[in-house]
Amino acid sequence: MSASKTPIAVWLPIVALAWLIPGGGHFLLQRKTRAALLFGCCLLALLVGLMMRGALFSPQTGDLFTTLIYCGGFVANICAGILYLFTVWMGYAQPDVAGHVHDYGTKFLVGAGLMNLLAMVDAFEIATGRKS
Amino acid sequence: MPRMALSHFEASLLFALLASVVLGIVTKRSDRERLLYGAYCFGCFVASLFGLGWLMYLGHR
Repeated sequence: MSASKTPIAVWLPIVALAWLIPGGGHFLLQRKTRAALLFGCCLLALLVGLMMRGALFSPQTGDLFTTLIYCGGFVANICAGILYLFTVWMGYAQPDVAGHVHDYGTKFLVGAGLMNLLAMVDAFEIATGRKS
Repeated sequence: MPRMALSHFEASLLFALLASVVLGIVTKRSDRERLLYGAYCFGCFVASLFGLGWLMYLGHR
């Protein structure tokens, strides 16, 4: 079955779970080792980012560069799914301060979301039969 | 939540390792290909790290 013919009801729950829980889509598709590795990588990146006191982005508009950085960073943060939601719900609110440790922390937090975004795309491709 | 203060090098290496694992998993079709591609990505990250490090060092002399 090609990707365009795969019903949305087949792949949407998988992609949604892949967003909510990193590796969840792969777990649902019975790729448990890959699911565990993806979950571990996203979780570790997020925890290191939090321990380095990285900042979470909130959407801001202004000039093009500001809009790209802050809105893009916000979307990337949200891509971490439940990890991001828990972080916000637990009251984590680190201001953006200067320093390479904080800066790397911010990148790790964004990286965790981007890694999960790759995992979501991979889960979609497996669900639609483009790859195994 | 405990604090962690990694150096540039340690943070870059850790990020390279995590990103390489994910890139290996999501891009290739067999486990052997995934392992090789992950190792290749990690090698590229580390080579870039040393290359850019030397470039910045020489550029600031």
